[in-house]
Amino acid sequence: MLEYFEILGQEVYKVLFLLVPILVSVAMIVWLDRRVWGLVQKRRGPNVVGPFGLFQTLADALKYIFKEIIIPASANKVVFILAPIITMTLALVAWAVIPMSEDLVLSDINVGILYLFAVSSLGVYGIIMGGWASNSKYPFLGAIRSAAQMVSYEVSIGIIIINVLLCVGSLNLKDIVLAQKDLWYVIPLFPMFVVFFISALAETNRPPFDLPEAEAELVAGYQTEYSGMMYAMFWLGEYANILLMCAMGSILFLGGWLPIIDIYPLNLVPAPIWMILKILFLFFLFALIKAIVPRYRYDQLMRLGWKIFLPFSLIYLVLTASFLFYFDKLPKGNF
Amino acid sequence: MNLSRIFKTIFLVEFILGLYLAIKELFKKSKTINYPFEKGPISPRMRGEHALRRYPSGEERCIACKLCEAVCPAQAITIESTERADGSRKTTRYDIDMLKCIYCGLCQESCPVDAIVQGPNFEFATETREELYYNKEKLLENGDRWESVLAKNIKLDKPYR
Repeated sequence: MLEYFEILGQEVYKVLFLLVPILVSVAMIVWLDRRVWGLVQKRRGPNVVGPFGLFQTLADALKYIFKEIIIPASANKVVFILAPIITMTLALVAWAVIPMSEDLVLSDINVGILYLFAVSSLGVYGIIMGGWASNSKYPFLGAIRSAAQMVSYEVSIGIIIINVLLCVGSLNLKDIVLAQKDLWYVIPLFPMFVVFFISALAETNRPPFDLPEAEAELVAGYQTEYSGMMYAMFWLGEYANILLMCAMGSILFLGGWLPIIDIYPLNLVPAPIWMILKILFLFFLFALIKAIVPRYRYDQLMRLGWKIFLPFSLIYLVLTASFLFYFDKLPKGNF
Repeated sequence: MNLSRIFKTIFLVEFILGLYLAIKELFKKSKTINYPFEKGPISPRMRGEHALRRYPSGEERCIACKLCEAVCPAQAITIESTERADGSRKTTRYDIDMLKCIYCGLCQESCPVDAIVQGPNFEFATETREELYYNKEKLLENGDRWESVLAKNIKLDKPYR
């Protein structure tokens, strides 16, 4: 019995060691997002709370905690309360398999990428549940939009992942990174990287694909009826998901924790720092794009997903496969 | 769709130009200021909070001619007057309802003795409506507080009147 508790304690310690940095970095990333957005528009962005306004998110979170949670009378209470919890939990759970360095990973499972993909697909449930349980028209429309959007773009992301997997020959995230020791996949698979990036924007409901919360037509989409801490949880989940997508992009295409070139001053930098830098770079792009693009129309969004990205990534998949086969470069793993 | 448009769409040309522009703008100085800590320039003609001025001797300028009361389009000004012992006409009451006021500046324009003026202060928000019903005392106090700025502004604006 005592032994059992000891193991449990160790596991909790390990989980906290992962969760706390993620929650802190989510807070920082919200600040970065707003700051970059403001600076591009020649505003200042949040700069009052703490040094450079770094604690703005903590102040916001404090405000949300002390606000009243309003549950609409006609809402389905259980599902309504469950929805933000699910969104946030799923966004955080996926981080378990993200390797920050060769041995800095919570659970090194063999089908890491599959797990990641599955969990990020589940994320849509939180949104659908929130939209449906609110029993109000705007959240419902937002939820429907977001479900359709996330499902469509998941398909092309899946095929892009297959592209990478063809080159690696393993579903383990560590193997995927280590296979890029000589050449990051962003170079041979550059078109796929671009498509992945755009699909990631759509997957996380970021502009220009933020239709589920298009404020001009849907107030705030699926979040309309939420307030206080429950709203904050949706918001945290959203940003944790964005970070997750950035991490996924850097693992699949930018060589994870590997330095740019394996030479003297660069390979002295600790591996997690490289990983964080790559995630930050991708997030910086996310933030810049938020500032420059107008929102897509819904039919354009669907056309882009189904009629352009899906066939394009399929064709590229065939090309990759034939190239690897013709030059006899198919990975020869233990399968 | 013509060829150049197809090319632009496929290679995301305008998107990349947009990103380049965004990065360029990112490093430029921002146009906004930290408002409560920094303040922007204010024109001498600024039509802000009202003030009743005095002569350097301390005598009120207002002669209770009631031109401002008459010209006020929002009818925000109420004036009552009596004749003082020395034969001069002075106000006993000079109220401005700052909530009715539309800050058009006509009272200042109409005043023959530069008594009622609108100063550069625009930060006089209050927590209750009652505090914004200004009486003569409050207006004179404003005048005393802002006199140096008000006199300077009137002098600066003189050539254009």
